[in-house]
Amino acid sequence: MSETASMSAELAPLLPEILLLLGAVAALLAGSFLPRERQWVARIIAVTALVAAGVATGVGLAGSDSAVFDGTFAADVSTGVARAIVIGATLLVISMGTEELSGQTRESETYALLLLGALGAIVVAGADDLLVLVAGFLLASIPLYALVGMSRTAAGAEAAMKTYLLGALLGILLLAGVTLLSAVAGSSRYVDMADGLGGVAGGLVAVGGVLVVGGLMFKAGGVPGHFWVPDAAQGAGGTAAAFVTTVPKIGALVAVYRIVDALPDDARLRLLTAVIAALSMTLGNLAAFFQQDPRRLLGWSTVSQVGYLLVPVAAAGRSELALPSLLVYLAGYAVSNVTAFAVTTALPGHRSLADYRGLAAARPWLAASLLVSLLSLVGTPPTAVFLGKLTTFTAGWDGGLQWLVLVAVLNSVASLFYYLRWIIPTVQPVSGKATSHAHTAGPWAAGTAILGAALVLVIGIGAGLVLGAA
Amino acid sequence: MLTVLIFLPLLAAGVLAVLRIPDRAAKVGWLAVSVVELVLLLVIWIGYRTPPPGGMALAQQVPWIPGVASSYSVGVDGLSLPLIALTVVVFAACAVFAWRDRHRPRTQAALFCFLESMCLGVFAAQDLVLFFVFFDLTIVGMYFVILGWGHGHAGRSALKFFLYTFLGSLVLLLGFIGLYVAADPHTFEMAELTRQAPLQGSGWVGGVVLAAVVIGLAIKTPTVPFHTWLPPAHTDAPAIGSAVLAGVMLKLGTYGFVRIAMPMLPEAWQAWSGVIIAVGIVSVLYGALVALAQTNVKRTIAYTSVNHMGYVILAVGAAGVLTGNATSRQVAVTGAVTQMVSHGLITAALFLLAGVLHDRRGSYELEDYGGLAKPAPRFAGFFAVAAFASLGIPAFSGFIAEFQIFTGSIGAAAVTALALPGILIVAALFLRALQQLLTGDVRGKSHGFADLRTSETVAVAPLLLLSLIIGVLPRFLLDIIEPAARVVVDLVSR
Repeated sequence: MSETASMSAELAPLLPEILLLLGAVAALLAGSFLPRERQWVARIIAVTALVAAGVATGVGLAGSDSAVFDGTFAADVSTGVARAIVIGATLLVISMGTEELSGQTRESETYALLLLGALGAIVVAGADDLLVLVAGFLLASIPLYALVGMSRTAAGAEAAMKTYLLGALLGILLLAGVTLLSAVAGSSRYVDMADGLGGVAGGLVAVGGVLVVGGLMFKAGGVPGHFWVPDAAQGAGGTAAAFVTTVPKIGALVAVYRIVDALPDDARLRLLTAVIAALSMTLGNLAAFFQQDPRRLLGWSTVSQVGYLLVPVAAAGRSELALPSLLVYLAGYAVSNVTAFAVTTALPGHRSLADYRGLAAARPWLAASLLVSLLSLVGTPPTAVFLGKLTTFTAGWDGGLQWLVLVAVLNSVASLFYYLRWIIPTVQPVSGKATSHAHTAGPWAAGTAILGAALVLVIGIGAGLVLGAA
Repeated sequence: MLTVLIFLPLLAAGVLAVLRIPDRAAKVGWLAVSVVELVLLLVIWIGYRTPPPGGMALAQQVPWIPGVASSYSVGVDGLSLPLIALTVVVFAACAVFAWRDRHRPRTQAALFCFLESMCLGVFAAQDLVLFFVFFDLTIVGMYFVILGWGHGHAGRSALKFFLYTFLGSLVLLLGFIGLYVAADPHTFEMAELTRQAPLQGSGWVGGVVLAAVVIGLAIKTPTVPFHTWLPPAHTDAPAIGSAVLAGVMLKLGTYGFVRIAMPMLPEAWQAWSGVIIAVGIVSVLYGALVALAQTNVKRTIAYTSVNHMGYVILAVGAAGVLTGNATSRQVAVTGAVTQMVSHGLITAALFLLAGVLHDRRGSYELEDYGGLAKPAPRFAGFFAVAAFASLGIPAFSGFIAEFQIFTGSIGAAAVTALALPGILIVAALFLRALQQLLTGDVRGKSHGFADLRTSETVAVAPLLLLSLIIGVLPRFLLDIIEPAARVVVDLVSR
């Protein structure tokens, strides 16, 4: 009896995860029994599960930190914020996918996969133990492959293949790293790492750390695990693309932060993270420069965003701002990126930047949403990513990484160029000769974009007030 | 009160952008907002009492990002009030001037109201993050003005402007972060940073942070060698866009010198004052010489802006030379602030008048015109007055400003006398332009040139009239600037 009681006490902090799992199962089961035109019931189930999980997250954030299951999963503020971002982003993704998904053969399966992917990202974010991290990694990866391949086009199949192969490879490296670190430290829990690895040769620890961080870069979509990102963004459907370029990053970056913070200094993980950050932002930007497909451009832009997001990770433990700035940037990034993808999903026929010509005149609200989301990704005030960049750059400088902050600033300027390549046709009127594209947009996707843009501004202006609390 | 002044145009911008009201109503709305702003400004100006050193009039503070000790903090003093007044006046002139514009007037009005709010915000901000937010958004706003309403190679010029000044603003942000991290306790609050001057005695770190701040501001100002974005941006911008860009937005850079760089990094400023003076002298001479070589009216005016802003740089540089006596340095700083106001008024008028050329004939080329005084006497009269005011003839504000700048600067550092030929060159080039445009036989595109319309006259006349009033009765302005200049000089001498 007492064992059951203690079990349920342990489970209480995991209520959001349990709700997501139940929602995924229910959506899947419901989908098997529902006729094709009534699959919207599965959508209702998924949304209900997410909202319930969101409420549970809110309640949890109001409570105190705790570690559950013998200290292998941290139910702390970071996990709570990561949960909130993951759940919010997934809700926006489902909302914007309404037109794209409804009536599709695999509609309810998609909802189940989205919920499982969200669950996996949260487990990765909350993992306080290397083995839990591995479980979360697998849980988050498998829905990813399926989501990318769901569009069943040639490009989608290629993207799914690439994602799968890269995921498998980096997953094995992650496992190797976990094995190595656990063996050397004599424990897989993060809290034991500093002590367990204290006397061990730095090289061994560094190899383990590199493997783990490198493996997580697959989920984050940063160098060296970034190859799948542009293909997935281009080849997958808009809904899936928005999800896979947003939600897994949230889990992975919080996880990398925890690991960098937990491993002893002589593993040099901060330097490694800083180098990965510089490479990701530079490579992502250079590759994005002359893309013609807006989704592929966004795909590369997410690679560069991982670079900025790794700046506070590289300053982990060296600046008080590191963790809050990472969380606020993650929230800003998630909303901005989903908003930009929502615009492309609202206009599924616009597969070239030139197709956006005349959008501002035809659909001013949609164009304004695109403008806000792209300027946010640049880091223009008063948007969400501006607050993220301001605080992460400050954390980076405070943590002694002035060079990295300088690289990030130069990259921000460079990134303005390709975002403008998209903005310019949008605001320009249709010239006489060019035939205007019909800017017919799905109402749900367009509505999501407008809501997302409003959130970008609300977070940018208002989130500073709660920043200190994190 | 100050908050209302700052955000009323933003509110109007939102309404104008969202409601699909008729064009005529949008123009009336924009004018109405400008009138209300002028009234508010007048009330603030009359009620203004010089605050004690380190204090601000009309100060207001609300926590905003407590995690990095940043707040919504605004206030005015003798440095910001004249520039706030300049902003309100120039934007009001633009609202009148745009009365007859037919190209998407509602969106244009919304964009300019937005820009007005952002410019006022920069001058009123008492927090570095807030300053940066407004500073950056002025760039975004101006980008869309050039892109949407410009002509010629508007797209390319707008892109160059955006990329270049965005780089400047981010470098500036780096400098701000450097100040924040050095302060103990960490803060973005301007008053606190000024009090602490956190990088005193820090050696090269202070120099690096100052370099970031100065380069960021110098790109905006712009000074040689960061000025290359300015001529194309001006040439292709619409008339009211150029008026705002030159009249108000260039001052955001120079204002940053007296508000941020000098009071917060005094030791580094003293150490590098020689370089600042040198940049000022080069800007003055180079701007004047290149302006002399131009054949395009707008490019000429654009380069004289580089020249006129050079005087400001020269003066603030001289203020950091501690061997000079304090009174001279105060005179130099007073002259610098006066020059910002004076240049804003006169250059805005010149660019609006240049816009008339483009409106009538689609060309800015000097050689396309001749003898304009005959078909368009009113235009000729205004252009001549504006040109004379710009070259610094007595009885106009430019003379008061440049006289103080040179008296003060030469008193502090004799080397600044090297910049004196700049005045002569600018005089020569304006006389040449006047001769080409206005005198002689009526030829080329001057035939049948329609004279200034009422809306154009009403827009330009007050700018020149204000310049004249400042030139003849400067005390009402100098009484406000001088105490603030004294404070700045005390702060930079620490």
